[in-house]
Amino acid sequence: MNLMMLLEMAASGFGDRVAVVNEGERLAYADLLRAAGAAADAIAASGAKHAAILDVSSLALPIGLFGAAWAGVPFVPLNYRLTGAELERLLAQIEPAYLVTDAARARALRERAGVVAVAREDFVAQARGGSARSAEWSMEGDDIAVLLFTSGTTGPPKAAVLRHRHLVSYILGSVEFGAASEEDAALVSVPPYHVAGMAVLASSIYSGRRIVQLPSFSAEAWLDLARRERVSHAFVVPTMLARIVEVLEREPRARAPGIRSLSYGGGKMPLAVIERAMRLFPESDFTNAYGLTETSSTLTVLTPEDHRAAAASDDPAVRRRLASVGRPLPSVEIEVRDEEGRACPPGVSGEICVRGEQVSGEYLGKTSRVGSDGFFPTRDAGSLDAEGYVFLEGRIDDIIVRGGENMSPGEIEDVLLGHPAVADCAVVGVPDEEWGEAVAAVVVRKPGVEATPETLREFVARELRSSRAPARIEFREELPYNETGKLLRREVRAWLAEAKSGRDSR
Amino acid sequence: MKLKAGSRVKSAVCTTEVMVIQTPDADLDVRCGGAPMLPIGEQAPAGGSVAASASAGTQIGKRYVNAEGKLELLCTKPGKGSLAIGDTLLVLKEAKPLPASD
Repeated sequence: MNLMMLLEMAASGFGDRVAVVNEGERLAYADLLRAAGAAADAIAASGAKHAAILDVSSLALPIGLFGAAWAGVPFVPLNYRLTGAELERLLAQIEPAYLVTDAARARALRERAGVVAVAREDFVAQARGGSARSAEWSMEGDDIAVLLFTSGTTGPPKAAVLRHRHLVSYILGSVEFGAASEEDAALVSVPPYHVAGMAVLASSIYSGRRIVQLPSFSAEAWLDLARRERVSHAFVVPTMLARIVEVLEREPRARAPGIRSLSYGGGKMPLAVIERAMRLFPESDFTNAYGLTETSSTLTVLTPEDHRAAAASDDPAVRRRLASVGRPLPSVEIEVRDEEGRACPPGVSGEICVRGEQVSGEYLGKTSRVGSDGFFPTRDAGSLDAEGYVFLEGRIDDIIVRGGENMSPGEIEDVLLGHPAVADCAVVGVPDEEWGEAVAAVVVRKPGVEATPETLREFVARELRSSRAPARIEFREELPYNETGKLLRREVRAWLAEAKSGRDSR
Repeated sequence: MKLKAGSRVKSAVCTTEVMVIQTPDADLDVRCGGAPMLPIGEQAPAGGSVAASASAGTQIGKRYVNAEGKLELLCTKPGKGSLAIGDTLLVLKEAKPLPASD
């Protein structure tokens, strides 16, 4: 098994179709196959053990992914927002490496031993101009296809391992070959180092659906590109959808009417955003895909039918499913387990655990966290309802334990977000001598609306138990998010610790 | 031949190649174009031809299953022969609408 199988079939079945579009430049499947071969030659000739990319989306991404697969080395998409020190730590983990990056960075890395740095434009030009590689690719399914350094919202980044057999089995299990029509086009605006970007790439290539890349996201650029390329499918993270909804509410003429399918995932989708989005894109099918880097992407899906049924229902049990991440894919089993590893009944919260062919659960240099029964603990907290819909409640690590009572920050955040003064908020546990941990919140207020910590505390105490009312509330202009829209709770805790020690020392 | 999920086999008499997606745990007389199929690395004997009774051909990307549905072969390279177990032809698997999550 090798990702190259998918590209070879695509090139054979519909080689003249356009595979990828970037800022007007088009690459057909047959051309991508040849370019991947030339890139594989360059990677192999460099002696590199990994092929990495440190850049925004470009044609270098699909060429690099398949070139690495052909050359038999892992592909490593890196976060282009990393600091020099963070990047150096990652390079040390993957050298000797062939690295595709922007021209300035390639020049800066010229002297660094252990890294062959190539500018993206040169890499693409050489690959497109090269001749097809004669060497075969390895079909050893256990070979590593992709290394993804996870966003590390708690602790330093570690590399999730995706082997060829995981990715290929995922694609073959969820995508029909060449099923896309020639008019179909998928707009990909998530960065290359996000697992969804890798998954969309592989599945689009196998289905024959043109990929339209948006290297740098803004809601206006997204809508503009969607109209120009007549995009039919799009994948966004929740913060992107929130921005798109804001722009459309201000400028209805910015609409991109051809979008049949809008898929999202990668973070919690606020109920208000999805409700507004469904009204602004009435002809679109919405799909929420929940998955993790360690599981080669999608585990559960809230289908378009699920969205419509929930939005239209008077039954609160059905309506609340709009905030769920849907039900497991046929090839996936989900269990919610308590601390002893026993399965929880519907409605009871625990840790979400998953079993399936595509589950890797493996980190480089560490033992796989897949248990002996094949279940992988996701570190996500959540519950199932009676029909098997999965509800997420944040990370297990973020659970606040106050006086022996477990509290999910998400539950308290949802209540705070219902207060008219609150635009955004983050709830975390802070050390407390009396309770072990105390509930603290950082709140972003809506402009011009008054609120004090006391009024917000009372508001929470009325809706939930008083033990859940934040003992401390700090106000800020904005909250810390990473590139893919994930709230950085570690940062929030650091802010609170700083603010506290600042006051304590006076 | 004992098949294994993820392995590939090819036709001895045409260009068909398939990948095994699913297989029962048994020795199967898997054929293409009327002739027993070979593991992908093996050289096909010269002079073979596609039997008329198994000549509808295979199409790239299509899945072929037996009546019980326990055997599933994905065609990775098309050819003139048809897939079968013994003399019983495999049928095209219906493309079920899969969740459009990506």
